[in-house]
Amino acid sequence: MTATSPAPAPAAAAFDDGAAVRVRGLVKRYGDRTVVDGVDLDVRRGEVFALLGPNGAGKTTTVEVLEGVRRRDGGDVTVLGEDPARGGRAWRGRLGVVGQSTGSGNALTVRETLDHFARYHAAPVPTAELLADVGLTDAARTRVDRLSGGQRRRLEVALGVQGRPELLFLDEPTTGMDPVARRQFWTLVEGLRARGTTVLLTTHYLDEAAHLADRVGVISAGRLVEVAAPADLGAELRRVATVRWLEHGEYREVTTPEPAAVLRDLVAASPTGDVPGLTVTRPDLEDVYLQLVAAAEGETR
Amino acid sequence: MTAARTATRTVPATRPAPPSAAAIGLARIGLELRLFARDPGQVVFSFAYPVIMLAIFGSVFGDEVVLPGIGFREYFLAGIAATGVMLTSFQAVGTAVAEERERGDLARLQTLGTPALSYAIGKAGQVVVTTAVQLALLLTVAATAFDVALPTDPGRWVTFAWVVLLGILAGTVLGLAVATVIGSARSAGTGIPAFAVVLQFISGVFFIGSDLPDWMDRVAAAFPLKWLVQGMRSVFLPDSAAVAEQAGSWEHGRTALVLAAWVIIGTVVCARTFRWRRAA
Repeated sequence: MTATSPAPAPAAAAFDDGAAVRVRGLVKRYGDRTVVDGVDLDVRRGEVFALLGPNGAGKTTTVEVLEGVRRRDGGDVTVLGEDPARGGRAWRGRLGVVGQSTGSGNALTVRETLDHFARYHAAPVPTAELLADVGLTDAARTRVDRLSGGQRRRLEVALGVQGRPELLFLDEPTTGMDPVARRQFWTLVEGLRARGTTVLLTTHYLDEAAHLADRVGVISAGRLVEVAAPADLGAELRRVATVRWLEHGEYREVTTPEPAAVLRDLVAASPTGDVPGLTVTRPDLEDVYLQLVAAAEGETR
Repeated sequence: MTAARTATRTVPATRPAPPSAAAIGLARIGLELRLFARDPGQVVFSFAYPVIMLAIFGSVFGDEVVLPGIGFREYFLAGIAATGVMLTSFQAVGTAVAEERERGDLARLQTLGTPALSYAIGKAGQVVVTTAVQLALLLTVAATAFDVALPTDPGRWVTFAWVVLLGILAGTVLGLAVATVIGSARSAGTGIPAFAVVLQFISGVFFIGSDLPDWMDRVAAAFPLKWLVQGMRSVFLPDSAAVAEQAGSWEHGRTALVLAAWVIIGTVVCARTFRWRRAA
């Protein structure tokens, strides 16, 4: 298997401090359904990487393999220098995990929960600081089973960062949060990034990926279809612009890779030298994302 | 680029070793007890059930004489004390573990790198404390409200201690093992108590040992409860009562052996099958 896969970096790659996560040809099947189908992925140390994709695309499965809680059916995976399938306690201590599911909670208060789990870590973040960071200071004395869904997500996030992880996995962390809580969460992630924490997050929200991530990977139907900085995502698709103008009281539209040429012709053809109602638009992140996902899904059908 | 990032990294390259399995286990005992205390259903069931059973059976059959010089209450106290141990260990642990797994509590422990041993320590510690409270309550009520004479010979209390301790250990590991085998919290919640009730009937909790059909006693002899009950009778009944047992004696050696064997079997099954998550 190693012999057939293209390996650009030889032996030294294993010691490359630049990669927090390195995945080659990851495959995961449930029965005869292949949910992750040959994913290659690199996450550099210190970056925030967002995995973006529709429901059922394989985001969570991929992340769970990296967290070492799910076995893989094929491929090579290295997380912080170790194979997650064999990672021990010391390795887990360097990871932070915020899973997708939020338990129904129990009879402990928020503060009791944080104080309890602090005892699992060698150097935990003080509870008061955590509470402030996730905006749960006012809810510290509330029982977890009486928190709202969004508050419970915030508690999950607090538990994920409590052990000062080098690498933090966030699986759809802001699902169920209100806009204020989401912004607060973004600030928290920015703070972690500034302190050098590597973050791998999955999300449905394009604005979240654009705001937080250094790089975005679009995953669809079990394949990673593109990896780029948010602004460069779908560079091919973005090169195409839509030119729109008013002619004889009706809007006309041309989609072209060379909008400048179209504009030149329009201006030249106009008796007054003016083009009413003229706009030139390029596809935004959402358009690009939808096209990438649609293309990938079309391929597998 | 890479070099610059590495240089500005403030995450410590070397971190202190994580806390020991024992330290986390200790923290978990505290957590388990706190959760137990805040679950009224659990508290009432664990503490009141044996007392209520003693009150009902003691009032209905209180005047009957089981053996010369031995009333029904003394006889039944041994059986219900053994049952109490099984409920606070096997039944409570089995149903709780299945629930915690389903709720995702165990998945969190897994990603935190919690040693499975710490989790087991937490459960066992909680069982020891709740069983101690339960038995203290039961014996106090039996002695004060039902005039049961408790043994004064220290040797009998030594027997009581090892029988209870082995029963607790066997019940805890078997509860953990069964919860993993069963999987769903729903099935565990109905299946485990149902099994426990059947076991009580065939193990001689409600009937006198020698009255049971031979085959039934043999089936019961394969499970820990019969031995727990017999061990308790050897504590609370005079030695003359041993003739009422199937074997005609208290069989302390065999009791210790069977209970210890179940502790080992349960531990091996746990070690080999324990899962933090339900199979996908």
